[in-house]
Amino acid sequence: MQNETEVRRANWGNYPDEAQRLVSRRSRHESLAIEPGEMLLPYGAGRSYGDSCLNTGGVLLGTSALDRFIAFDRDTGLLTCEAGVALASIIELALPHGWFLPVTPGTKFVTLGGAIANDVHGKNHHVEGTLGRHVVSFELLTSDGVRRVCSASENTDLFAATIGGLGLTGLVTSATIRLKRVASPFLSGVSTKFDNLDAFFELSAAAAGTHEYTVSWIDCLSSGASLGRGIFMAANQASAEEAEAAGAKAPRSLPLFVPIMPPVSMVNQLTLKPFNWAYYHRQRAQQVTRLWHYNGFHYPLDAIAHWNRIYGPKGFLQYQCVVPTADQETVSRALLEEISRSGQGSFLVVFKTFGAKASPGLLSFPMEGATLALDFPIRGPSTFALLDRLDALVVEAGGRIYPAKDARMSGETFRRGYPKLEEFMKFVDPQFSSSFGRRVMRG
Amino acid sequence: MQRIVIFGATSGIAEATAREFAKEGTSFVLVGRDVEALGDIGADLKVRGAGSVEILPSELSDVDALPKLCADVGVKLGGIDVAIIAHGVLPDQEACEASADTLLDVLKINTLSPAVLMTELAQLMLSQGSGTIVVLSSVAGDRGRPSNYVYGASKALLSVLGEGMALKLKGRGVNLLVVKPGFVDTKMTADFRKGALWASAAQVGASIVTAVKAGKSGVIYTPRWWQLIMLVIKLAPEFVVRRL
Repeated sequence: MQNETEVRRANWGNYPDEAQRLVSRRSRHESLAIEPGEMLLPYGAGRSYGDSCLNTGGVLLGTSALDRFIAFDRDTGLLTCEAGVALASIIELALPHGWFLPVTPGTKFVTLGGAIANDVHGKNHHVEGTLGRHVVSFELLTSDGVRRVCSASENTDLFAATIGGLGLTGLVTSATIRLKRVASPFLSGVSTKFDNLDAFFELSAAAAGTHEYTVSWIDCLSSGASLGRGIFMAANQASAEEAEAAGAKAPRSLPLFVPIMPPVSMVNQLTLKPFNWAYYHRQRAQQVTRLWHYNGFHYPLDAIAHWNRIYGPKGFLQYQCVVPTADQETVSRALLEEISRSGQGSFLVVFKTFGAKASPGLLSFPMEGATLALDFPIRGPSTFALLDRLDALVVEAGGRIYPAKDARMSGETFRRGYPKLEEFMKFVDPQFSSSFGRRVMRG
Repeated sequence: MQRIVIFGATSGIAEATAREFAKEGTSFVLVGRDVEALGDIGADLKVRGAGSVEILPSELSDVDALPKLCADVGVKLGGIDVAIIAHGVLPDQEACEASADTLLDVLKINTLSPAVLMTELAQLMLSQGSGTIVVLSSVAGDRGRPSNYVYGASKALLSVLGEGMALKLKGRGVNLLVVKPGFVDTKMTADFRKGALWASAAQVGASIVTAVKAGKSGVIYTPRWWQLIMLVIKLAPEFVVRRL
């Protein structure tokens, strides 16, 4: 096929690493021109961790050239652009006019198409829900050559299937989203040390009514009475006066990057314990008020290009699960005990609670409850066995695992976690498929 | 507010350059063949801040029509601050070796058309007393290599013409920039496997804007380290070049 290249390490976790055929789209108007039997998968920035952005044996439809804006209303915050536009480009365009993403994941280097396909969430889930709630409409191109505008009032079933639909319902070529008013590029709030899991849930419940953004870092090696200790951050968009009073300036970003992949993971038993200890104790006071630039608050890891390389050539697994509110405390404790006992896990452990805002997609991940996300360097079968044990705890409690981060959950775990799967399957395009879908969606 | 015309405005590097300029409320005339793509680019530039965008569909290989085209653009914009000459093709080397007609077609669009535009625009800008002409050439024009000497030759003339013109125009208010990009990830190179030497169109566009604003004239390499690579290649003995 013309315009085709072979790519390796096409996902963010470097596992699985399978060669992919990437065909770059040239324009949003271009037809799909599929050969019979060929299976397609839209491919944005390749920031999904596992195999939901892979299509081994098929073709990836690269959207990096679909990076044009189409319309932006500076008064209403309605933005229409092509699916390959990065969230970073949207911020760069909109923020000077007082607009920001209504919901943002922890990296701004994903494309809008990818963000819709994974119905991404952010630290303000309890206020705004998932990104899908702010998608006004999009154009979906399917293998029958038809282009459909999908919205809450038009092609509503395809709209619900495509949001969080992992690219399996067709190619989103362009989309319209509603941005959110902000008064400054800064966030103001508090950073609070907590001693254990109970303290976390107390802080989280208290902040839900007062702060739009909440998230915490957890020391995954702590155990016993201090199991689940960490640092809780709660913030609101800062007003222009607050930002000015604090003399806030955009921090100069250093050109940090991980230049090469080390032969082995740099996250290991030697490095993890001292890092976590130091990170927890770095903040001396129990509570400090802070002013964050949006980059530092929402995207701390974006400051280090290619950070995924620190896990070495074997790659890593990211694990993100959600446990419904009813059992969130006991199950979270059980999960953290398992992880702590294993001595695996990483620096990057994020814990927060999702609110009650319903997710619009049939396969959307967020549900009301507690969500835990962390990396695991791949150390072989013991890593996979640990994650299987975590899965069992999550599924038993009626929770689920996030496909965007997954490369290994079983089909049964997936199907039990996503009860609307059967309904979703009706909208899967017959010529669209992914490595992830083939692995877990069919029994 | 700047007034900018781009010939071959669907070029990846030209589009990236235009995006940088658009932030400042620039008025654009976009010249090219693919009206749909020009419309998409125009809409994008407007969202990014362009003051106005006009599409001028045109067959740039029609060399005889170019003087009038330049005059029209000058009238439309009420003067030209920056003219970017970006059209060109990456020809099938073997097809050009086999057919002189194919070779001539390539030279017409890659070489003659830009050369005519450079000449016309220089006159226009001299009469204005100001302006900057940006010509997209290539590092491939620095030395004839067996794998792509037709493309290289088509760009070499632009490099030499531009270098000389830039010197001639010096001190008369008109700058001329010959831009020699290295490997750039654009539509033109979509079939190539990309490695560490590759730059993005956005990087190249940003360096063009910087050079224009700094009032530079003459030849620039982008990314800059290509100047070193090409120095080595220019000095390399024939038995090395034969393998490139």
